[in-house]
Amino acid sequence: MADSTLPIGGAIDLTPQSEVYGTWLEQVHDWVVTADHKKIGLMYMAYALIFLLVGGVEAILLRIQLAVPHNNFLSPEVFNRIFTMHGTTMVFLMGMPLIIGFGNYLVPLMIGARDMAFPRLNAFSFWMTSLGGLFLYYSFIGGVGLQGAGSAPDVTWWAYAPLTERAFSRGHSTDYWALALIISGFGTIGAAVNIIATTLCMRCKGMTLFRMPLLVWLNLVVAGMILITISPLTAAQIMLVIDRYLGGHFFDSQAGGSPVVWNHFFWIFGHPEVYVLVLPAFAIANEIIPVFSRKAIFGYPAMVAASVGIGLISLSVWAHHMFTVGMNSASNAFFVLSTGMVGVPTGIKIFNWLATMWGGKIRFATPMLFCNAFLIQFLFAGLTGIMLSVAPWNWQLHNSYFVVAHFHYVLVGAIVFCFPGGFYYWYPKMTGRMLDERLGKWHFWLFVVGFHMTFDFMHVPGLLGMPRSIYTYEPGRGWDGWNMIVSIGGAVQAVATLIFVYNLVHSYFKGAEAGPDPWDAWTLEWTTTSPPPAYNFASEPVVSSRRPLWDLKHPEDPDSRYE
Amino acid sequence: MFGGWLQRKVPGSAAYALLLLLTRAGHAAWAAPTDNIVYQTPSIFDPHSGPAQLIHHLSLFVIEITGAIFIVVASLWVYVVLRFRQRDPSDDSEPPQVYGSTQIELAWTVIPILIVVVLFLTTARILFAIQDQKMPPTAINADVVGHQFWWEFRYPKYGFTTAGELHVPLSTEQAPMTTSLRLLSADVDHSFWVPALFGKIDSIPNRVNSMWFTPDKAGMFVGQCAQFCGVEHAKMLLRVYVQTPEDFAAWVKNQQQPAVQDPAVADGRQVFESQACISCHVVRGTAAQGRFGPDLTHLMSRDTIASGASANTAADLKLWIKDPDYVKPGSLMPAMQLSDDQIDKIVAYLTTLK
Ligand code: HEC
Ligand SMILES: [Cu+2]
Repeated sequence: MADSTLPIGGAIDLTPQSEVYGTWLEQVHDWVVTADHKKIGLMYMAYALIFLLVGGVEAILLRIQLAVPHNNFLSPEVFNRIFTMHGTTMVFLMGMPLIIGFGNYLVPLMIGARDMAFPRLNAFSFWMTSLGGLFLYYSFIGGVGLQGAGSAPDVTWWAYAPLTERAFSRGHSTDYWALALIISGFGTIGAAVNIIATTLCMRCKGMTLFRMPLLVWLNLVVAGMILITISPLTAAQIMLVIDRYLGGHFFDSQAGGSPVVWNHFFWIFGHPEVYVLVLPAFAIANEIIPVFSRKAIFGYPAMVAASVGIGLISLSVWAHHMFTVGMNSASNAFFVLSTGMVGVPTGIKIFNWLATMWGGKIRFATPMLFCNAFLIQFLFAGLTGIMLSVAPWNWQLHNSYFVVAHFHYVLVGAIVFCFPGGFYYWYPKMTGRMLDERLGKWHFWLFVVGFHMTFDFMHVPGLLGMPRSIYTYEPGRGWDGWNMIVSIGGAVQAVATLIFVYNLVHSYFKGAEAGPDPWDAWTLEWTTTSPPPAYNFASEPVVSSRRPLWDLKHPEDPDSRYE
Repeated sequence: MFGGWLQRKVPGSAAYALLLLLTRAGHAAWAAPTDNIVYQTPSIFDPHSGPAQLIHHLSLFVIEITGAIFIVVASLWVYVVLRFRQRDPSDDSEPPQVYGSTQIELAWTVIPILIVVVLFLTTARILFAIQDQKMPPTAINADVVGHQFWWEFRYPKYGFTTAGELHVPLSTEQAPMTTSLRLLSADVDHSFWVPALFGKIDSIPNRVNSMWFTPDKAGMFVGQCAQFCGVEHAKMLLRVYVQTPEDFAAWVKNQQQPAVQDPAVADGRQVFESQACISCHVVRGTAAQGRFGPDLTHLMSRDTIASGASANTAADLKLWIKDPDYVKPGSLMPAMQLSDDQIDKIVAYLTTLK
């Protein structure tokens, strides 16, 4: 099979790349001014990983505090700031850059393009996003004057008004929060525009929309959702700043404003945001599961339809976060129905993945392990999501630890499984070297154990009446032991994550040579060298099916015959 | 940086916390200033009112359906993983390629839609039954007002106000008795959650929300604020006392009285009234008419103070008045820098407010 990695239409340039290494300063300069989608993608990923570690440390601090009742490890002030920062970091500084980074790196390669449609907008977007992150973390220093941990935002990451109004939130910590999200929001919108333009206009010859890899489809859907959802968030943040500094009264209840309007704005962004984060994880599973099952994806058109369907339906479910704000029964019923309906396309996806594996020859390399754990975890998270969508029951479950467990199951169970899976899969393409499989297995199994210790058991205190966002709790409520297990699981996850980071660094220098196509895969990125040259493809590839490399490797039975 | 926990006068080093993590021996050592632990789990599966029962039954139904789905799909997954794993790594022939099947895909689209419809109809029935229930004219009305870190309860029909602990009458089959709450807020969003009686409904400024229940068991039920509302959100606890109609009537009667005037503690009262206390607290029938803090008219009829953050004994009151922040960090009652003598006198007075 080694000789099967033939170039498509001479797309590959196998002459060794003569890299010219400049001085250290020149290299840094090169990264700073780069407009190469691959370098920008890598910077996004590095940025996301750094904030994964930062947000992870914050999570560990929170879990130490909550491990036992009446703990005094963190003061309430510090706890509130840390959990606000943890949520904001993980969503905006870890999740978003991670998905955009992968999209940036992979979309052009997978559609046979040489770069994104607007390379300089791409660089601009990245630097805006990263500026947002720095801005947010600067609040630790500047939020209320020079005070350290005592001054980061402490209004939760959903920041319900009027707690964010000046009467209740003095100093500047809330301003840092709002402005940071406005700034990084502009970056995100730029990135989304770019992905849309790239997928629509830059596809190589023969790649019709319905021959795009599913990963590209999902990135297109996600980019569309970002355009629709980041805008209300940005608008709400601007209104908040106007409230705080220009005497506006949008959310200021003391002057007749409506806090519930903030809730609507926030969740019109916030719910689709969950899908913005999760669909790219699906996207990775869509590539990995077929390759490691050695089968074409089952029901490609249905997968595309389901993705678009999730995108559309998810725009109409936001108020299921608001069953407790006192909407009338008809509105509540509407959001019960729409939320239930979003489960249908999600179900289709799970079934199609299972059908893809059915009858295959499954190779359980690390990427596939991660995707399989994701599959079953996502099933579980989807079902607890159904429970939460049942409005009367939601009155019990909402804002309890059950919800916290649910959305960590969704986000960690999907993103922090699929993306590491994606790293194990594409790292060879990005660096030319394989990640260590043995360390990969350690990473995987430890993370599975830690994840389930933490997030399976976290449901229980929620059912026993423990609300979220509390810095401590009374003994004797039946919550203690559970919280201890949850905290220990967090430590296990931390160890697994450190192994992963070590693997990333170690393999960069010591990993086995990857070659252009280590996984015997089928999409265009595997036709070029690893890492790809700056121009990606020496000449424009031409494709005639969804799996161009399959056609090449199996000329007797090409896909193009069936599509 | 961690000034907060240094200030707590407890061994707050990271090493100590780690030790605790390992031993779990910390409970007693880390208890609050006074021990007012109620060993009660506010489980959502232990309903004690009409609507809570309805929600409970609905939840069991949903658990059955989702549980069945999980078992079916997870078994399928286990089967696939075991059955179709590559057995011989050297065999690099490819399995037959299947691209899809309209019938099968249609099946797993239609079946979930049907399940969603069933779930929706069941949910809607109970949703409307609870939310659109007409309140009987005999219903007890109370207003719940969320304040940063404590709950105020007003009984407009009876003309008094209390705090932290809500009292409601028991409802029996012979004498059904509905309690109807209006949820209001004085400052930011809060959420009223006593799992045994109802789910949670937010109390939001500039908005009137409502909730009702028919408690079917006498006793005390705990809960707490469920929407982050600032520094001390965690200690914004809740207690609901469900009483037999006679006990409830007696309690109401007592609450309606103006404050006890005991000449024995006249100088305590004088200290109280000469301090800023009276601009934040009401003691009905005296000069104290402030509305920022809890009504103290019948302070001693409560088991706890500061919305459950502390028990309510003379010693607790002294600790509280000396430094509210010690008991409940971030509470909006200031430490007034009073002398011990002044505090003793005030507490002597307060403890007569039965
Ligand atoms: C600035 C307003 C303010 C002043 C002045 C003030 N209090 Fe308070 N007080 C409060 C608030 C607010 C609470 C509720 C705190 C909480 O639970 O978070 C409270 C709670 C209490 C409670 C507990 C009541 C309960 O049932 O929970 C007592 C007792 C009390 N105060 C006594 C006093 C006394 C005595 C003084 C004068 C020495 C005083 N307060 C001065 C605002 C004030
Ligand atoms: Cu509250």
